[in-house]
Amino acid sequence: MRAARVLTLWIAAFACGCSGNQSALAPYGAPAMHVEHLIVAIVALCTAIWVAVMLVLGGALWRRRQPVETEIRQSHLASAVSAAVAATVILIAGMTIASFYTTRSIGLPQRGSITITVRAQQWWWQVFYASSATTRGFQTANEIHIPVGQDVHVQLESADVIHSFWVPSLAGKQDLVPGRSNSLLLRAEKPGVYRGQCAEFCGLQHGHMALMVIAEAPADYTRWAASQSADAMPSLAPDAAAGRMAFLARPCAACHTIRGTAAIGNTGPDLTHVGSRQTIAAGLLETTRGSLAAWIADPQTLKPGNNMPIVPLTSAELQDISAYMESLK
Amino acid sequence: MTDLGKAGLADTALSNTELRRALASTWSAQPGLWGALSTVDHKVIGRRYVATAFVFLALGGVLSLLMRLQLSQPEARFIGPDRYNQIFTMHGSNMMFLFAVPVMQAMAVYLVPLMVGTRNIAFPRLNAFSYWIYLAGGLLLWIAFVVDTGPDVGWFAYVPLSGPQYGIGKRADIWAQMITFTELSALAIAVEIVVTVFKQRAPGMSLDRIPLFVWSMLVTSFLIILAMPAIMIASTSLILDRLVGTHFFNPAEGGDVLLWQHLFWFFGHPEVYIIFLPAVGMVSTIVATFTGRPVFGYLAMVMALVATGVLAFGLWVHHMFVAGLPRLGESFFTASSMAIAVPAGLQIFCWLATIWAGKPIFKTPFLFVIGFIVIFVLGGLTGVMVASVPFDTQVHDTYFVVAHFHYVLVGGAVFPLLGAIYYWFPKLTGRMMSEALGRWVFGLIFVGFNLTFFPMHILGLEGMPRRIYTYQPEMPWAGLNMFVSLSAIVLAAGFALFFFDAIRSARWGAVAGANPWGASTLEWATASPPHPYNFAMPPVVSSREPLWADAVTLPVAAGLRVDRREVVITSVVEGTPQAREASVGHSIWPLWAALATTLALIWSIFSPWAVVWGSIPIAVSLIGWFWPKGAPEDES
Repeated sequence: MRAARVLTLWIAAFACGCSGNQSALAPYGAPAMHVEHLIVAIVALCTAIWVAVMLVLGGALWRRRQPVETEIRQSHLASAVSAAVAATVILIAGMTIASFYTTRSIGLPQRGSITITVRAQQWWWQVFYASSATTRGFQTANEIHIPVGQDVHVQLESADVIHSFWVPSLAGKQDLVPGRSNSLLLRAEKPGVYRGQCAEFCGLQHGHMALMVIAEAPADYTRWAASQSADAMPSLAPDAAAGRMAFLARPCAACHTIRGTAAIGNTGPDLTHVGSRQTIAAGLLETTRGSLAAWIADPQTLKPGNNMPIVPLTSAELQDISAYMESLK
Repeated sequence: MTDLGKAGLADTALSNTELRRALASTWSAQPGLWGALSTVDHKVIGRRYVATAFVFLALGGVLSLLMRLQLSQPEARFIGPDRYNQIFTMHGSNMMFLFAVPVMQAMAVYLVPLMVGTRNIAFPRLNAFSYWIYLAGGLLLWIAFVVDTGPDVGWFAYVPLSGPQYGIGKRADIWAQMITFTELSALAIAVEIVVTVFKQRAPGMSLDRIPLFVWSMLVTSFLIILAMPAIMIASTSLILDRLVGTHFFNPAEGGDVLLWQHLFWFFGHPEVYIIFLPAVGMVSTIVATFTGRPVFGYLAMVMALVATGVLAFGLWVHHMFVAGLPRLGESFFTASSMAIAVPAGLQIFCWLATIWAGKPIFKTPFLFVIGFIVIFVLGGLTGVMVASVPFDTQVHDTYFVVAHFHYVLVGGAVFPLLGAIYYWFPKLTGRMMSEALGRWVFGLIFVGFNLTFFPMHILGLEGMPRRIYTYQPEMPWAGLNMFVSLSAIVLAAGFALFFFDAIRSARWGAVAGANPWGASTLEWATASPPHPYNFAMPPVVSSREPLWADAVTLPVAAGLRVDRREVVITSVVEGTPQAREASVGHSIWPLWAALATTLALIWSIFSPWAVVWGSIPIAVSLIGWFWPKGAPEDES
């Protein structure tokens, strides 16, 4: 009866390929798919083993016993135990070998055609794209675009404490360790938005450290990279233009960079194209003018302990800066 | 009767009544508070240790309910991130360092001397010292938490988050120094157990007649002695990094952050077996008693214990599979982690064979053993899963792992422990716990546990990381989290009922005889609870199940003096008597030494000079402790 419940739950778990865009059971990239096959195989095998042990336990507890039992021969028990140990050895050897083959089929990250460097900070993701034949290098935050069907080599570094880069629908996780450089192979087979989040406890806002991987057709990716490598566009709308002035006059520029302006701070995320990103504050809020205003007005209530201070602004300044941010497509 | 010698007033010169009166006056603690503080009776200290550990269990349980409250809804605001991080750090540190390890050692402090048939544990004053140090470490951690200075860096305290740059205030220091306290107390008991088992066994108890629980505690004690130095080096280096600016873990100055993880897990993985192996011993004991036959495959069981202990030191890297170590090295640790399933499986199969061949009696302790097998096998299998590197890259640091290790630690250690409490409660208190309530306790805990922790496997696979204080509404985790939080109430109700039953039964339970379960081991050969001197005459053993072989006429040795505390010293392998040795009497000095040590350790969180000035009171108290009495230590 318990076995049935356990089985149903496992099956429910696996049937739910619809379990969101951040799930090891909903793989959309080759590395994650290889691992998912392994997960399904090992879980199925282990479930069978568990059921078998439970059946033996049930038999041992409730088998019919004669009032006067003939003693079970020790040699029979010894053979049964030996057979079970032999079966254990064979099964775990099989799982070990399957695990080695899965590792091998995932392959090495270094074979990727594109290299992206991710530098984790408390509590956001700084992303560097190297210059290519067509575009110069650029920086973005909390959002990674990759072309569908291509191996991407992600270089992982940390600016402060240990973090872990994990986008379960595309690949397993890998830590970002201060003083070291790790690598990960990322690959998406289908266009889509794949969510990931930090998987190593990294302090106060470990729970709010998400990132989006956006996989798109190679042509769309190239277009995106070209627009990201460009400087921020001049602001035409009057409120955005005023916002630009306020941004540069206020302490904002001390921490943030907006390429093409005098703002060259590098403590916080590069905001050159912040309006083009799906979310702000590492996946906390959808990017809208309202959420930008809420964040700028009081980042400490929305994400307590994060490194962005409350900057006193007049309501006009707040509205203008929000408009400016939104315009930075 | 084996005559051991005749100097001073020997037990052979007295009638039974006189003997018991003389032994009682020699072995009893002094009356009153002073007596309570200065006693070195392993039974008093063991009981105290067990009770304290269960208080910490209850406190840790309250913390887990607070976490479940916060996680029951997305973006809940019951508890802020700062407090939440303290709570989950406290929960882990408390359960591992203040509950699980100490409670297993505490059971051993109480039971091992009785099971090997001696009158006190080896180094009784060290034993008293160990308890006071443990209590001080626990109080340090909990008082710090109450005044909002609880550690907030996880029970694993990874650098650099716990280092001088990111771990602000004294929170990480409190954690590191709490480690020092608990390691001191754990090492002390480990040494006592090894010596007690090797040198104080009853005459005739050769190595192949040692009860399986005693074997498991012997292996566990060796694990403690080998594993604890790694964490002491780690926590001391961390304090030095934080206090005097050494750079062990600072990559900018040539240190290495992964060094911490290697040191921590070189201790941390054996730690799991330090908790699990005693539970294995408890299960073997309960299975034997409630199937009415010895556990099948004694030699295989002992070899499995030893093999587990050896392998335990070759697995630590599986906690670091995603830290970026070389592939080949990781593959080795996959193989070794999988391999530990063999001795674990062997033990399960031996218990199943014993139950199959025997006639199980479904009393509460045995129910917990059944629950143990059901849950632990599942936890062991998820352990095989996380041993695989590719599998682990998806579930490491997710709720899957939270589910896994609760299945292993609660299923593998707490279920046997609760069974053991129901089983040995009559020995500890002289009264039975309630069989009717016991069934309810088992039922609630078994159902509550599975409903609480099984869904966490699914949450983990669905991408929910550990140690997050909240999650966003768009994630598909809210429903299962609410379900888990509600189930935790059932689990908590089971534990509450257990505590109620234990407290009620200690006072009003049915009076138990010397051997209410008809068990085979020596602790049941004396009264419940045992006299201060344990056995009026040291038992002599000629089989593995002395009370089943000679239930009525257990042979005893004679010739010990009754006017001073004496124990029989026997040879390591054969258990042949070698000498009568004096066992020290009560003393207040271990308490003073513990207080002086506590002062120095807590002071050293704030100033390195504490090591200099704080050593003076420690030296004074140790001189008092070891002041020569002018009496010969042993007479052969």
